[in-house]
Amino acid sequence: MLPFILKRLGLALLVAFTVSFISFSLLFLSGDPAAALAGETASGEDIEAIRRIYGFDRPMLVQYGDWLFSALRGDFGESYYFKLPVASLIAERLQVTMTLGVCGILFALLTAVPLGVVAAIRPNSLTDRVALFLSVAGQAMPSFWFGLILIVVFAIQLGLLPPSGAATWRHFIMPTIVLGYYAMPAIMRLTRAGMLDVLGSDYIRTARAKGAGETRVLFKHALRNAIIPVVSLAAVQMGFMLGGSIVVESVFALHGAGYLAWESIARNDLPTVQALILVFSMFYIVFTFLADVLNAWLDPRMRSA
Amino acid sequence: MNKRLLDRSALLALTLAATTALPAFADKASGTLNVAFTKELENVDSYFNSSREGVVLQRAVWDGLIYRDPETNEYVGNLAESWEWVDDTTLEFKLREGVTFHNGEAFNADDVVYTVNFVAKEENGVKTQRNVNWMDSAEKVDDYTVRIKLKQKFPAAIEFLSGPVSMYPNEYYAEAGPSGMGLKPVGTGPYKVVDVVPGQHFVLEANENYHDSPKGQPEIEKIDIRTIPDVNTQMAELFSGSLDLIWQVPADQAEKLGEMGQFTVANESTMRVGYLQMDSAGRSGDTPFTDPLVRKAVNYAINRQELVDALLQGSSKVVYTPCFPSQFGCIQDVTEYEYDPEKAKELLAEAGYPDGFSTEFYAYRDRQYAEAIASYLNAVGIDTDFKMLQYSALRELNMDGEVPLSFQTWGSYSINDASAMVSQFFKHGSLDSTRDEEVLEWLNVADSSTDPDERIEYYTKAIQKIAEEAYWAPMFTYNTNYVFSQDVSYTPTADEVLRFVDMSWN
Repeated sequence: MLPFILKRLGLALLVAFTVSFISFSLLFLSGDPAAALAGETASGEDIEAIRRIYGFDRPMLVQYGDWLFSALRGDFGESYYFKLPVASLIAERLQVTMTLGVCGILFALLTAVPLGVVAAIRPNSLTDRVALFLSVAGQAMPSFWFGLILIVVFAIQLGLLPPSGAATWRHFIMPTIVLGYYAMPAIMRLTRAGMLDVLGSDYIRTARAKGAGETRVLFKHALRNAIIPVVSLAAVQMGFMLGGSIVVESVFALHGAGYLAWESIARNDLPTVQALILVFSMFYIVFTFLADVLNAWLDPRMRSA
Repeated sequence: MNKRLLDRSALLALTLAATTALPAFADKASGTLNVAFTKELENVDSYFNSSREGVVLQRAVWDGLIYRDPETNEYVGNLAESWEWVDDTTLEFKLREGVTFHNGEAFNADDVVYTVNFVAKEENGVKTQRNVNWMDSAEKVDDYTVRIKLKQKFPAAIEFLSGPVSMYPNEYYAEAGPSGMGLKPVGTGPYKVVDVVPGQHFVLEANENYHDSPKGQPEIEKIDIRTIPDVNTQMAELFSGSLDLIWQVPADQAEKLGEMGQFTVANESTMRVGYLQMDSAGRSGDTPFTDPLVRKAVNYAINRQELVDALLQGSSKVVYTPCFPSQFGCIQDVTEYEYDPEKAKELLAEAGYPDGFSTEFYAYRDRQYAEAIASYLNAVGIDTDFKMLQYSALRELNMDGEVPLSFQTWGSYSINDASAMVSQFFKHGSLDSTRDEEVLEWLNVADSSTDPDERIEYYTKAIQKIAEEAYWAPMFTYNTNYVFSQDVSYTPTADEVLRFVDMSWN
């Protein structure tokens, strides 16, 4: 098991650095970091000065090598934009993003899986239709709009929740719902489809025939098999939520890592973008790895693979 | 994120909110004024940011040697009691005594010397070099007398010293540097900073020991600033009473907010000027814009008044000069091109384009203005291949001389001197698409003369020629909306700087 994990880890690092090299080149090709750094009011001469001071006039490979060498020693440099160490900047923003991501995926799983199961038990029933409607609505509704509606209703009209910010746990309720609702439909549909598939299979009929209770059939036999693809999907969704909650973070003024990444790209803030991409790709790698482990635990057949 | 959708949703949010007219609960009782910034401020250290939000904090936290009254545009002493030109490149200041920084450090000549010498050195990387690169060094004469040496003659020095150049505490800055200053700013200003979460949250407290400054004394005890990127969310916060003041509010939303009657909506002009830049030097290859008849046709084709009335609204005005009217030297006695599409067509025909021509047309902001401009041009036969780019991308193209026609804007960094705009673009720098020798010569005299009359004379020549030759098509000035709770009393100024020191509770 250990060599397997080490091999995977090595591969993961390789993937992470390939990603970082590609993103570095893309950022370099997409715009002039000196111009972005100088800001809107700078003159051509200002930009030239900044180009010299920051060393943007050196070849790209040299600059990437520089970055890589420092990154390997754990030094992600200073954000061009904030003039602060990237590591502490990202650590601070990640707290918000992680809280939001974990709450969001839990909310999505806790609502989508039961709904999917219920929908699969009685296909084409009213319950199924309602679940279908909820999932279609979730898929179709832009999250910024949903967010604003929640703000209007719960923060302004009812005055129950604070409209935006990240100061207390109450600030996270609406963003969690918006983010989770967006991830919910796919999970629900997959649970439903998986359950329908499994419920029609031979071993379920056998389980029922030998007199197993319906609850035991549903949860011990059916769900355990149907949930396997859901776990993989949830892992990807989780990665997406951490990196892609830009809209939700922006509407609720949450200042998380996703919003930071989005803004940093526009600002050509190379060190911040590079470090964030590394962090996000590591997240994806870790989550898919965890999902594999979890699936192996759920399905012994996968352990040998 | 789709901006247009966002704008539309704002209407919905507003209508819904308007159905339950809640009273606004301002934080008058707690003495805290809650304000929103839209953009994440990069660094509170004013030498290391280049955004409007940074200027707002700079004016609150620090002081300059000189102060310009935003109403009368007169210069009075602030940290300096008086000043005089020793020669063309040396300014001597008598400093105010008894001023202390927020950390208790006493203000004296050493602080001025340290600050000037630090910011003037290019390696230290001050972000907007133009604000500081005219200074060579500073030297101490005695504890409260200091001389600033200029690199060359620079009459706008007084304006810059009253604006972006603020004085830092030497001992603290030597130790903390820009990143330390950004996290724990220390100045002499009317407000001291008590908390900074980079880019997100800034808390200011009134400086009880503020010196007898022309800025006046702070009245509001505490200012709490949060960054809220979405304007709709800002409005929601305003409705729920957790914000007291928002600014840079789009015209349509400000109008709706005004109609609700719960908030004060104030509109003020800004120094930003919108203009069309034409490649009269022919840097982008064979372009019709090298012909003055074509450039005049473009000028006649634009209905500036309609743009102002229908789109910009508020305190915006039509301009024909490549500078903002209040700026020193920005004379208004120039050729004015009234809207006349027939004349535009005649001029095009005379120039050899009876059926018009087609050109690339670039813009980086205010898409709806750019589209309106494009439709005016189309109406006289100039077909536009419209391209919307990010600011930095368009500027790069522009510096490489590959832009035949673009919609540009310039805010002059709130510097009330024509050199901050005309000289920025007509002195053969990389952004100069005109490259007129005469204009360059005149601007060189105007920018470096210490005689105000001579400066006016030469700016007049340059600006009149730019208008006569129709090198640009200046169109309008921008405006901005401030919306605040009725508990707040504030009169915005025309330079788009929020002045907390001028705010009070009703």
